[in-house]
Amino acid sequence: MNEFLIANMAPIMFASLIVFLLFGYAVTFSLAACGLFFGFVAVELGVIQPAFLQSLPLRIFGIMQNDTLLAIPFFTFMGLILERSGMAEDLLDTIGQLFGPIRGGLAYAVILVGAMLAATTGVVAASVISMGLISLPIMLRYGYDRRVASGVIAASGTLAQIIPPSLVLIVLADQLGKSVGDLYKGAFIPGFVLTGLYILYIVALSIFYPQSVPALPAEARTIREKDGTSGLRSLLILVILSTAAAIGFAKWRPATVALDELIVTSMCVGVGLAFVAAVVNRVTKMGLLSNMAERVTFVMIPPLALIFLVLGTIFLGIATPTEGGAMGAVGALVMAIARGRIDLKLMRQAMDSTMKLSCFVLFILIGATVFSLAFQGVDGPKWVEHLLSSLPGGQLGFLIVVNIMVFLLAFFLDFFELAFIIVPLIAPVAEKLGIDLVWFGVLLAVNMQTSFMHPPFGFALFYLRSVAPNEDYVDRVTKKPTKRVTIEQIYWGAVPFVLIQIVMVGLIITFPGLVSSGLTKDPTVDADTVMRQLQTDSQQRTDDKAAAEKANAGTADEKEDPMARMLESMKEEQSKKP
Amino acid sequence: MNFLLSLSKRIDAFSEWMGRWVAWLVLFAVLISAANASMRKAFNMSSNGFLEIQWYLFAAVFLLASGYTLLRQEHVKIDVISGRFSKRTQIWIDIIGICVFLLPFTFMITKLALPLVINAYVTQEVSSNAGGLIRWPVFALLPLGMLALAIQAVSELIKRIAFLQGLVPDPTKKQGSKTAEEELAEFLLQKEVAAREATQMGAAK
Repeated sequence: MNEFLIANMAPIMFASLIVFLLFGYAVTFSLAACGLFFGFVAVELGVIQPAFLQSLPLRIFGIMQNDTLLAIPFFTFMGLILERSGMAEDLLDTIGQLFGPIRGGLAYAVILVGAMLAATTGVVAASVISMGLISLPIMLRYGYDRRVASGVIAASGTLAQIIPPSLVLIVLADQLGKSVGDLYKGAFIPGFVLTGLYILYIVALSIFYPQSVPALPAEARTIREKDGTSGLRSLLILVILSTAAAIGFAKWRPATVALDELIVTSMCVGVGLAFVAAVVNRVTKMGLLSNMAERVTFVMIPPLALIFLVLGTIFLGIATPTEGGAMGAVGALVMAIARGRIDLKLMRQAMDSTMKLSCFVLFILIGATVFSLAFQGVDGPKWVEHLLSSLPGGQLGFLIVVNIMVFLLAFFLDFFELAFIIVPLIAPVAEKLGIDLVWFGVLLAVNMQTSFMHPPFGFALFYLRSVAPNEDYVDRVTKKPTKRVTIEQIYWGAVPFVLIQIVMVGLIITFPGLVSSGLTKDPTVDADTVMRQLQTDSQQRTDDKAAAEKANAGTADEKEDPMARMLESMKEEQSKKP
Repeated sequence: MNFLLSLSKRIDAFSEWMGRWVAWLVLFAVLISAANASMRKAFNMSSNGFLEIQWYLFAAVFLLASGYTLLRQEHVKIDVISGRFSKRTQIWIDIIGICVFLLPFTFMITKLALPLVINAYVTQEVSSNAGGLIRWPVFALLPLGMLALAIQAVSELIKRIAFLQGLVPDPTKKQGSKTAEEELAEFLLQKEVAAREATQMGAAK
């Protein structure tokens, strides 16, 4: 009996973990209890030395000293302050008006604003709630398909998990023993490709099911000139000017400057130019810029400033990712105070939520540490390695099995649990198989993003449910009775986006270059090609009339391959940041 | 039982009080960290003491708030199976969890950590970085955090047993009832309504 136990300790321990977790008490303590129990059994059976467990407090001290994990409270705090600052609402309102009159326009606005918010913060709740409150009623008012409307909002909110600075990436970097900066660089392209895929999905809908994503009537746009024109031409000129300034600056800089630094500084130049133009226009009332151009510039400045504060300082090497989070939090705080949107009560709430989240996350990590210490004692990692490396198909087989496993586990566990329990088990095997861990981390991050969208436990769906209209109501603009949004509609709306997510996982496995080459080496992000693309694109647009040109932008792109579309949307987005 | 319930009330009040004050450390940590980065760039000044105080504060936040977090029921559970059981069964699961999982865990960690803390105090161990901080206060946070967790666990245990006897309302209902998300949604909705009223006033004029 004892021999059997000793020989099969690892599988027995792993099976017990599942039982302990399913028992239904707090995950943290179940993990720790499982670890301690088997630690003692192993000591009794003579499998491990009693001194083995003595290293437990040292490991916990190690967790306390971990600088990377400090980013968890910083980014959480920043997200909480930011969601109360009104920035997201302003963005949604303006960008929604800008794109509204084209087919699927509101959905594009939601995706783009979602991506932009994602680049400022690392938490999901903020964007989903704002978009659910601001954009969902408008989409319902003008007859968007309910499933599409709720799906696009939930999915765009989860972009915060993959586009840096994201908490998932920080935690994964810590667990994989890689630098956060590397994971950030690796996740940029996949994040933008994913955004592109979402956009592509809406483009497809607007072609094949146009009634599901109708264009808004022109009256829905309230930002306009005194003479009633939309003022888009002025915005377009401003965009071209600032892009030209940015690229001109990039050209002028010596070629030795690192690419990431170049991108950051030249974006600053372009954005700065637009900002100065808008301020001059506002102060002197010269009327050089249309209202729309001025509004767009002003709503873009706060998020871009935050992106600079967080990501810019990280890529320029001024701040560590942890400090970047703190800088962002201070920036968000200053912004919220300047707008008079925060008081002591809100401040306390934000600190309180941050503290509770940090505590629960770090305790899961402590629990997982207790478990993994005992698991190492009984040679568990060897057993897992043997199990996973003997899979047919080598690397690819391993990747497929791991991804399916993570995808399925994501139905029951949230990403913190996945990262702390599962990742330490599979990462060593991945490394042995010769898989680049940065690449692997980004792949897992994309996969785990689905855990926010899965019915029935996905957080993004929860958040959306809490703000979507729960009862039939009368729309305040059209005075038409409007039906409530049902939970089934929210669930079904998420399904296409979960599928897109799976496609993205497949894309990363098929084209590893999307990640591992990173931002510094990737030849596909060559500024020249993008520039040329952008120029032809804007050429097309200036030729057209103001109204037609917007509709074009949506439909002209669908012939191109996703990569080009992605690059373009990415650049478009960048250049729109005046 | 009455004595136990009043004890539980006192413990809850203590954890509440702890949570309220420890929360401020979040803000301090944020400010210190941002200042560290800016000072290093702007004045080329950097202090190991200030770098270390960041994680001292962070450790204080998550360890000292452990009781408060337990009080607020923020530790996630996997309730795929237990969610189908009756309320009483779920309470029993909690009781077993506290007695068999939680309390032994806090006891073991404290027992293992205390010698190290005492040793650090006796030897007055200091960080190996120049200008670093003394170590024992931060090491002492671990047993203190476990203590805060353990006494709150006792309070939770009392409340659950009292519930089974029909003495108190359901203790697993989240206190302060609203989640952060609900609070936010409400807050944004208020702003929205205020803005709408403002535009209507403007239109009326």
